[in-house]
Amino acid sequence: MRPPLVELRGIVKAFPGVVANAGVDLTIAPGEVLALLGENGAGKSTLMQVLAGLYRPDAGTILIDGAPADLRSPGDAIARGIGMVHQHFRLVESFTVTENVLLGQGERRFLLRPAADHARVARIAGAHGLTVEPRAVVRQLSVGERQRVEILKMLYRDARVLVLDEPTAVLTPQEVAPLFAAIRRIAGQGRAVVFISHKLDEVLAIADRIVVLRAGRVAGEAQPAETTPRALARLMVGHDVDRPPRPVAAPGAIVLELRGVDATGEGGRRALHAVSLAVRAGEIVGVAGVAGNGQRELAEVVAGLRPPEAGEICLDGVGIGHLDSRARWRLGIAYVPEDRLAEGLIAPFPLAENAVLRDYARPPVGRGPLFDRAAARARAAAIVERFQVRAPHVDTPVRHLSGGNQQRLLVGRETWRRPRVLVAMHPTRGLDVDATASVHRLLLSLRAEGVAVLLLSESLDELFALADRIAVLHRGRVAGERPTAAATREEIGLLMAGAVP
Amino acid sequence: MSTGAAAPPLARPARAEPPAWVEAVGVRAGSIVAAFAVGAVFLAATGHDPAHAYREMAVGAFGSSFAVEQTLVKAIPLALAGLGVALAFTMGLWNVGAEGQLAVGALAASWLALSAGGLPAAVVLPGLTLLGALGGAAWALVPAALRAYAGVNEIISTLMLNYVALLWVDYLVFGAWADPTAFSFPYSRRFPEAAHLPRLYGDVHAGALAALVAAAGLALLLGRTRWGYEIRTIGASQAAARYAGIPVRRRILLVMATSGALAGLAGAGEVSGVIHRIQQGLSPGYGFTAIIVAWVAQLRPWAVVLVAVLFAALLNGGFVLQTAGVPAAIAYMLQAMILTFVLAGEYLLRRLRRRRAVAAARALAPP
Repeated sequence: MRPPLVELRGIVKAFPGVVANAGVDLTIAPGEVLALLGENGAGKSTLMQVLAGLYRPDAGTILIDGAPADLRSPGDAIARGIGMVHQHFRLVESFTVTENVLLGQGERRFLLRPAADHARVARIAGAHGLTVEPRAVVRQLSVGERQRVEILKMLYRDARVLVLDEPTAVLTPQEVAPLFAAIRRIAGQGRAVVFISHKLDEVLAIADRIVVLRAGRVAGEAQPAETTPRALARLMVGHDVDRPPRPVAAPGAIVLELRGVDATGEGGRRALHAVSLAVRAGEIVGVAGVAGNGQRELAEVVAGLRPPEAGEICLDGVGIGHLDSRARWRLGIAYVPEDRLAEGLIAPFPLAENAVLRDYARPPVGRGPLFDRAAARARAAAIVERFQVRAPHVDTPVRHLSGGNQQRLLVGRETWRRPRVLVAMHPTRGLDVDATASVHRLLLSLRAEGVAVLLLSESLDELFALADRIAVLHRGRVAGERPTAAATREEIGLLMAGAVP
Repeated sequence: MSTGAAAPPLARPARAEPPAWVEAVGVRAGSIVAAFAVGAVFLAATGHDPAHAYREMAVGAFGSSFAVEQTLVKAIPLALAGLGVALAFTMGLWNVGAEGQLAVGALAASWLALSAGGLPAAVVLPGLTLLGALGGAAWALVPAALRAYAGVNEIISTLMLNYVALLWVDYLVFGAWADPTAFSFPYSRRFPEAAHLPRLYGDVHAGALAALVAAAGLALLLGRTRWGYEIRTIGASQAAARYAGIPVRRRILLVMATSGALAGLAGAGEVSGVIHRIQQGLSPGYGFTAIIVAWVAQLRPWAVVLVAVLFAALLNGGFVLQTAGVPAAIAYMLQAMILTFVLAGEYLLRRLRRRRAVAAARALAPP
């Protein structure tokens, strides 16, 4: 076996409220595709961000070519041959592909030579099977193309270890195959590719070696040929996760109904086209879709944060499209937004003040013009107890809580007054297995209590486990709707990709 | 963990550390000491004896009852305008127009004082106080409305309106309001006695009471009222404020008007409590220094009052130094140094608190 390119020894990295890496050992060999598998929050991204110079480890050493390396910045890492492509791309939208690739290269030339640069970028792209037009402006590129530009940036810098953080999360199934082909080709040149994922089938298809992380530690290692999805899943979650029992649905009357709703998204583009959807009491309707196909706008239009341009939104048959978010909350529409720390919670505020964000204007917290801090603390303490939020104190700023505890506080606040409708967007994103399970149990118990739940999620596992029906959004339209019992993943996946099954 | 009692302390830190307030007080006191220490280096480098200079400054600021009075008199406009901008900053509104709002408040108060010949003090004084506040509020409402309804950046608009207001003062004191007996010196007639604010202690006028009442009111508003909660929420996250259904535009108008009113009060206090006329250069930049005061105080109302006194003392001490041959600019250098060190200290404090929170979270982590 060839000596490893990179060796990580005992990497520890902690953040307020969570230990992301608790002593991780890992080697990366030239020419291999190494899959880093793990649940959300297992520490995969953090570990690779340590390797890519974005975080400095609290303890542990990084050896590159056998020598200890002190990586203080992504620049240090790329200079040592380690390049990372993040989930959220870091491209300048108004620049061309070539300009993005060259940006920050420390070119010594004062004058650029566009023709030569384009040719050079095109040559590197061709050598790795990455089809992309060097002269194209990034703004006009699809997500898959932008990803290729990010990879190209790293190859241009001659990365010997290419780290891809959940590269398929943003792709349609059709875009995955060319990516995999490029990965194979890059590895074939003796470079190492680290492929971060939580998707078993992908990992089995692409990896030479699989390392599973769980709760910040290495849970195990496997060869794709010698393992099974079931064995990997067990390594990932540590134990067979009890699927929360989902009693047979006995949905009641229609509570929330959208008829022909149009809405505009950021930047003025039409984000929802004639969306019609109904949710009954005691029913969870799941909304699937590739990110950016109108999910956020749909959630906001129901929650009262985005005015519908056309169509009707009804609660118990009464139009509510003209009401703002506070009025809808008072009618019983609760909302767990996608960005819990920037929208649903106020990061620098203590638990107490976050616990009353919806109810501060009414007794017991709002008394006339006054804000009763004791009542806010009492409400926070009650939510902490009922929803098992782990927090040092009700006066602790919520930014110091872990993601799971933030989410329990948020969901606890939203469901405190048993709503009629709960809109939940990516409610388990970034949460660990236990926190995810607790949110799932909560959604099911709300369903049992007769709440109409609209669940927008990017995890098909989650939707299949919880939803009674699944609607698929594609380019702002409902591309299809199926009872979960009668739906297959393939069918939903095709709808997400815009194909009609 | 945390299932049983609802009593707030749900866990204790893992090991004994100094209590949080010791850290908070220590870091801030240390910041100010460090600023003076660096200032001492500059003084020594320019050939002055730092110990001597600081002693002279202290004497100039607090060494006699006259010095204390002068320091407090200067602290009044700094405190009032500082409270105003602190309120706006709390909501994330960059009102850097306190200087202009102060000037318009002074203009409005002066109009009444100059045209109220014969009216009793019981009418004139409440009247000019009210007009001062309304003048400042009106001047601040212009950028507020532009920001709320047209998205115009308030930093630019409040800053530019400062110059408009100051030029209005010039226009009037050189023209219509010029003192006919003063050979075109840029000031108005002296106000009638009825328009002089009563004095509380030596030269310290009733504006001091207004500053204390304003600090108490602001502390109450921010900490104990729904509006205060809304204002802090908007300042921390516009998205969360929208989510909660807080009427952001109306709060922008309310907060900017209140902010301007406080600066306007400062202006009314200067003309009717200190100089007893309106003149060119009625404020030596109080409205700008107020911005530094607000940040050094970390936007806390009572701290604004304390910092205003400290900064007024620096100004007075600086004047005294000048007579000893040390440039008065040392006072401004020290103000800037204090701001720098206090902001750096707040960063340090955040790091310490974060570490504490990490420790607390680890103590809570399941075994």
